[in-house]
Amino acid sequence: MLNSDAKLRDDLFDSKEQAATRDGFGAGLLELGESNPNVVVLCADLAESTRVLAFKEKYPERYIEIGVAEQNLATIGSGLANYGKIPFITSYAAFSPGRNNEQIRTTISLNNVGVKIAGAHAGLSVGPDGATHQALEDMALMRVQPNMTVLSPCDSEEARKATLAAAAHPGPVYIRLAREKTHSMTTKETPFEIGKANVIWESEHKPEVAVFATGPVLYQALLAAKELQFKIPTVVVNVSSIKPLDRETIFMLAQDARAVVTVEEHQVAGGLGSAIAEFLAGEYPVPIEMIGVHDRFGQSGTADELYKEYGLHHGHIAEIVAKAQARKQGI
Amino acid sequence: MTRSMRSKNCRPKQTGYNKQVLTEEKLKELELKAEAIRETIIEMLVTAGSGHTAGPMGMADIFAAFYFDILKHDPKNPAWEDRDRLILSNGHIVPVRYAAMAHAGYFPVEETKTLRKFGSRLQGHPERLRLPGLETTSGPLGSGLGQAAGIAYGARMDQKKFHVYCAMSDGEHDAGNIWESAMFAGANKLSNLTGVIDRNNIQINGMTEAVMPLENLRDKYEAFGWHVLECDGNNIAAFIDVVNEAKAIYEKPTVIIAHTIPGKGIKEIEFDYHWHGNPPNKEQAAQWLAELRTLKGKIQSEHQ
Repeated sequence: MLNSDAKLRDDLFDSKEQAATRDGFGAGLLELGESNPNVVVLCADLAESTRVLAFKEKYPERYIEIGVAEQNLATIGSGLANYGKIPFITSYAAFSPGRNNEQIRTTISLNNVGVKIAGAHAGLSVGPDGATHQALEDMALMRVQPNMTVLSPCDSEEARKATLAAAAHPGPVYIRLAREKTHSMTTKETPFEIGKANVIWESEHKPEVAVFATGPVLYQALLAAKELQFKIPTVVVNVSSIKPLDRETIFMLAQDARAVVTVEEHQVAGGLGSAIAEFLAGEYPVPIEMIGVHDRFGQSGTADELYKEYGLHHGHIAEIVAKAQARKQGI
Repeated sequence: MTRSMRSKNCRPKQTGYNKQVLTEEKLKELELKAEAIRETIIEMLVTAGSGHTAGPMGMADIFAAFYFDILKHDPKNPAWEDRDRLILSNGHIVPVRYAAMAHAGYFPVEETKTLRKFGSRLQGHPERLRLPGLETTSGPLGSGLGQAAGIAYGARMDQKKFHVYCAMSDGEHDAGNIWESAMFAGANKLSNLTGVIDRNNIQINGMTEAVMPLENLRDKYEAFGWHVLECDGNNIAAFIDVVNEAKAIYEKPTVIIAHTIPGKGIKEIEFDYHWHGNPPNKEQAAQWLAELRTLKGKIQSEHQ
């Protein structure tokens, strides 16, 4: 059942309410515009689709247009942060941190200045645009840079909170955002903290499998847990802070369940699956099944079609949970 | 010798700005600082056993002018909010900056001998967090101008009066990022930003015009909305003169194309691209230091 401490929507499974994580980001920026005069927003010719347009219209003097120049987006952002501003640099994840990775590495991460990088349209669910625009390696690129914090919110409300938390955090932060409207799961009261993972679903009995998911695909993991509730007890965890990882919670739940499944709309290499496997291999080795993209590029299609093709659909997640349980039992 | 006499052949045009006179005594002091910086560079490089020679030697005069005349700064308070910012985009010539900073009093000159050594604050390429006063972290080429433009943009938002300088190499103008930043600074008319290009015509693979032609550099910057000045980058008086002129340009950012001789001061290596990335050995260093000390004697006698 849903974890009451997480203060999720009561109607989580019944509600049709959907919003995109990029919308929550835009809402967060508007709040910051009001509360923090040091916040500036830079955009590489994608103001509407990265949802910074409202900020631009309300605070034009703090909106900086960069044009289609993502390397410059990073270096101008670095200079502004070095001077003392809190710059949010926004584009699609495929271009930032995709195209400008070296500029981020040298002038933001190694330089340790507080640039907030928002990568929109990440993951497969951007759909019809196809593989060129489906960033599936952005978390990997950002996770391997020292000093960088990596956030991957699960819904619009959590994206709003992640945006506020990024501005309050002194160092560089990457926020991963999606284009598609997805299920709203969390509420204003749901806890969010950089470095904390939140348990969203707990079975009545001791869990047989711990499912760690990140981003909007968390909803699919929840559906899978619900389908399995009378067969395989599970615990489902929202890992929105990819770095730093909540080692304490992950360790405790892996110890409890002794079998782990990870779910992400990203390459499993370098993403959430890798992060958890790297940690547990050293601290508490258990069978791990990684659901995500396995060394392939994306392609055009609807989000639903792509979720099915790449194994992110709840039906497939349920199968893999069963497989993890069987592996644990040596079957 | 007055400043205007020394610089008369280097000025692209006479604008009549800034009649303040750089006294002969001040000029002599700056030239001696440049020689001291060159000596320190050679001592650093020979101790380190690796690093770049030509660029730092060629830029010694400009860095002496920056640290001992142009920059509004306080070596004892490197984080002073209203200081001028000097962003070094081509981080590989950082030995010249380390040497100039040491002579200016940021840290003991003796510490320059730790260049490129384990545990040193003087990394092979500059890191802001390791040594106060470096302003930024650089090395990978083409990224400094954007950072300088970002600082200049932020400063202008807050009506700050300090000036932002960005030292660049000519070779790094092969990089697209530079031109993205040049376009941004021109579009935003960042007149509190002055770029300085070390136009020494060499890069690792050979002469810049053979590797990837950069000319016409002046026309390119003008087309991007910049005011362009040129000068002899090994003539301290001429350089200070154009920097002052740049400050008087209110409508545009200014770039100074400073024509320098790579390896300047050591006849044997001047204008030889093979010295871009190599340090001298012990014998060469001893010979070069002797050559520089003779030059120092010449400066002293010239001004007497």
